[in-house]
Amino acid sequence: MGLFRRRTATPDEAPPRRYDESTPVGTEIHGLEKRYGEKRVLTGVELTVQAGETVVIIGGSGHGKSVLLRHIIGLETPDAGTVLVGGLPSIDPEMRARYRIAMIFQSSALFNSMSVGDNIGLWLVEHHIFRTSGEVAAVVQRCLAMVGLDDAAALMPSTLSGGMKKRVAIARALAMNPDLILYDEPTSELDPLVSDTIGKVIVDLKQRLRLTSIIVSHDLRLAFAIADRVAMIHDGRIIAEGTPDAIRAHPDPLVRRFIARA
Amino acid sequence: MSRLADVIIRLLRGTGEALFLLVEAVWACRWAPLNLPKIFTQMAEIGVATLPITAMVALFIGGVLALQTGSVLVDFGIQGTLGGIVGVSMVKELGPVMTAILVTGRMGSAMAAEIGAMSVYQEIDALKTMNIDPVRFLVMPRLLATVIVLPVLVIYADVIGWIGGGIVSSVNHRINIPFNLYMRNLTDVVDFDDIINGLIKAMVFGLIIAVTCCYVGLRTSGGPREVGQSVTKAVVVSFVLILISDYIVTRMLFL
Repeated sequence: MGLFRRRTATPDEAPPRRYDESTPVGTEIHGLEKRYGEKRVLTGVELTVQAGETVVIIGGSGHGKSVLLRHIIGLETPDAGTVLVGGLPSIDPEMRARYRIAMIFQSSALFNSMSVGDNIGLWLVEHHIFRTSGEVAAVVQRCLAMVGLDDAAALMPSTLSGGMKKRVAIARALAMNPDLILYDEPTSELDPLVSDTIGKVIVDLKQRLRLTSIIVSHDLRLAFAIADRVAMIHDGRIIAEGTPDAIRAHPDPLVRRFIARA
Repeated sequence: MSRLADVIIRLLRGTGEALFLLVEAVWACRWAPLNLPKIFTQMAEIGVATLPITAMVALFIGGVLALQTGSVLVDFGIQGTLGGIVGVSMVKELGPVMTAILVTGRMGSAMAAEIGAMSVYQEIDALKTMNIDPVRFLVMPRLLATVIVLPVLVIYADVIGWIGGGIVSSVNHRINIPFNLYMRNLTDVVDFDDIINGLIKAMVFGLIIAVTCCYVGLRTSGGPREVGQSVTKAVVVSFVLILISDYIVTRMLFL
């Protein structure tokens, strides 16, 4: 059972680095394979993401994009191959202790029993980053301002729109001052206007914070707007990789068909 | 045959994982001092939610017990011992089991539903990505709260059950034992060890309810339909385990 397999830090294992220190961290994936029962989901994925780079992984539904992301953050254990974050295996507790990795889930995954402010401040409180609640509140407010939701701290997640939930999820990730940030379909189920807002938030964060970002999306408009590099996954393998312009001009018929249909 | 083997393997795996969760949750109790607000919140939820229904059920159980037993005792002319019989029955058996079943139905189901929904909507994964141990954050406070609150509820149920039995004994024309006589016999017969043994049972039941319901909740995957199925499963499994452990604990404590 996944819950028990992966050890998480306890309150005395506070992050070893100062909270305000953030070092963008790279990721290397070699020969990654994953199978659920009879179904092979990932079949030898090779991908390298440099520190500070923004890579968007595109591909159709069911081709393994989200599973790949779950391996990078250590929520899944590879059947074969390695996933290294900053040179350490993603499932190694040492990696979790050394680097701060945040993930924005497709469903936003906000805690419905907590206010927006409590959601954003949860990591800070649980890891005893600050001594006073005032310091936590200040970080929460700063993160909310970064995603344009200055007055939302007291709201409950159930009262938010889909786009607001995504932005709160981004604010919650930013509160960790992460070294690596992962986005799982940040614009799915959102109308084009809200998708644009989320896209602008991600671009703004990229320019301001220079984080390493890995974004899984089938939204090509977003992908080409924000990516330093784009990788396309098909049937559990990376079949194309390059700058947005290189992907647009890629000769592989699968890539051309995907871009044309999207 | 292979289907039977699958069922047995699933059962053994589930039992092993639940026991492992219990060990992890007990080990996580070392962080209890840092999680007092969460524990108190859970205690308040379990206690407040269960008090009214416990009072009502205990009152009628005590009353029915007095009515059924008293009408037989009258035939033998020993109705004066009714207080002791009701008192011991409530303290040793009916109080702990009835309260455990009520807490399972009222709060165990809520635990399974809440944690199940958190699993389905990736909130558990979100906790893990934040390096927050779900066992410490979710299971440990519920485990401690249930183990602490259930014995308190049992004492409350015992007292209300005694009163229910006393009221029926005194107002029923056939039994017709004055309330003070009923209570005097009850206090003569029920001793401190009986109460402590009942409370030990309650703590064991609390452990079973919290671990079973949290475990089933954490194992939930799929959608709202699966959350509903998990709630049913958590309640049914808890009931069965409460009754089995009731026999084992009774055997160990009383015989």
